[in-house]
Amino acid sequence: MFSTALTWSDLAFLAQGAAMTLAVTAVSVAAGTLLGILFGVIRVQAGPYWSMPLTFVLDVFRSVPLLIQLVLANAFQSIAKLGWAPFTTSCVVLSLYTAAYCTEIVRGGISSVPATTRRAARSLGMTWWQDMRYIVAPLATRVSLPSWIGLTLGVMKDSALVLWLGLIELLRASQILVTRLQEPLFILLICGAIYFLISFPIARLGGYLEKRWSPND
Amino acid sequence: MIEIENVRKSFGTLEVLKGIDLTVKKGEVVTVIGGSGSGKSTLLTCINGLEPIDAGRIKVDGTEVHAKSTDLNKLRSKIGIVFQQWNAFPHLTVLENVMLAPRKVLGQSKQAAEEMAVKQLTHVGLGEKLSVYPNRMSGGQQQRMAIARALAMSPEYMLFDEVTSALDPQLVGEVLDTLRMLASEGMTMICVTHEMKFAREVSDRVAFFHKGVMAEIAPPEALFGAPKDPELQKFLAATH
Repeated sequence: MFSTALTWSDLAFLAQGAAMTLAVTAVSVAAGTLLGILFGVIRVQAGPYWSMPLTFVLDVFRSVPLLIQLVLANAFQSIAKLGWAPFTTSCVVLSLYTAAYCTEIVRGGISSVPATTRRAARSLGMTWWQDMRYIVAPLATRVSLPSWIGLTLGVMKDSALVLWLGLIELLRASQILVTRLQEPLFILLICGAIYFLISFPIARLGGYLEKRWSPND
Repeated sequence: MIEIENVRKSFGTLEVLKGIDLTVKKGEVVTVIGGSGSGKSTLLTCINGLEPIDAGRIKVDGTEVHAKSTDLNKLRSKIGIVFQQWNAFPHLTVLENVMLAPRKVLGQSKQAAEEMAVKQLTHVGLGEKLSVYPNRMSGGQQQRMAIARALAMSPEYMLFDEVTSALDPQLVGEVLDTLRMLASEGMTMICVTHEMKFAREVSDRVAFFHKGVMAEIAPPEALFGAPKDPELQKFLAATH
């Protein structure tokens, strides 16, 4: 017969971890997406030559393992006496990491809008901003959405690495319980199920939006 | 009035317009014919400032198109242009496609823009298609929608850049009929076209472009009946 030492208060502890995972993910994806849109537009507008410095920095954030970025950033903020809390440091690093990927997604989305369509918009007297707002943004969003959903889900799982800075998020909370209760399989099963419960609505939202927009195409 | 004076334009080392002079008066219909690469489409995109020019001047109602002080977005709202590719906005319905620019550029109310859009769409024969998305329509219908979209800005001039070239042959007629209707209503038009019969019917004057030069310009009877330029004679012999 199945029995476990896991109590309701342990589950509440896991839920607190999940809340931390959600908080780090939400802040990072929100800030990273805003930055990604900004950088993506800059990359398209400035052209490959002038955006080279930006591209280089973003390539660094995409190539260096996230764990190394987190540890280095934490050391840097401590040396520079910035006094950042682990949560702040984690969000800053994850935001830039998200922004680096999001920039490419946004750039791809904007490039997918045919130049002739944009020319038609401008020929009607629309300004650059109006063209961006009413033509490019909606069309690019449709193209970019699946990749962006993938990025968001990826960042949520990658956010587990912030446990190295001492944040007790979902995975760290599970580890603590595993150490104490010595029931690794059962606890990790619950942990995985919670990750799934958080991810599933995001993935479904993507599917829903794609479906809603598809009759137009 | 559109005044084009000695306009020159190069793409890299290739000079596509080698000093074009042309004046189009209010109410006039001028068609431009010529082989591919003769510069005729480039001239249209220069007239509404989508392309910069290297020398010369283009004035529309006295406003110099390429002057730094010119508000191009304002100018463009009185010069409609329709391209070979109809360039529908695929995320908007037919009605929304036509309403967008009047609302955002001219600042019209939703009601006024909708009235105008319905009127223009009905005019080009798309009154039944208001809530349809463009990709559900034929090329000819999308092209007529593009014409209605340009007309909804109440332009004083219309430029047509080979608007039937990308269409299936059986769809060409409906679009040309729309252009004939506009011409008969007194719209000032410059049409770049490969449709000789159409050019002969609707034009007040026909211009023949060859290698960046306007080789001949005359009323259609004269240009088609007694072409003087040897290149034009060759061109007409090849297209007939």
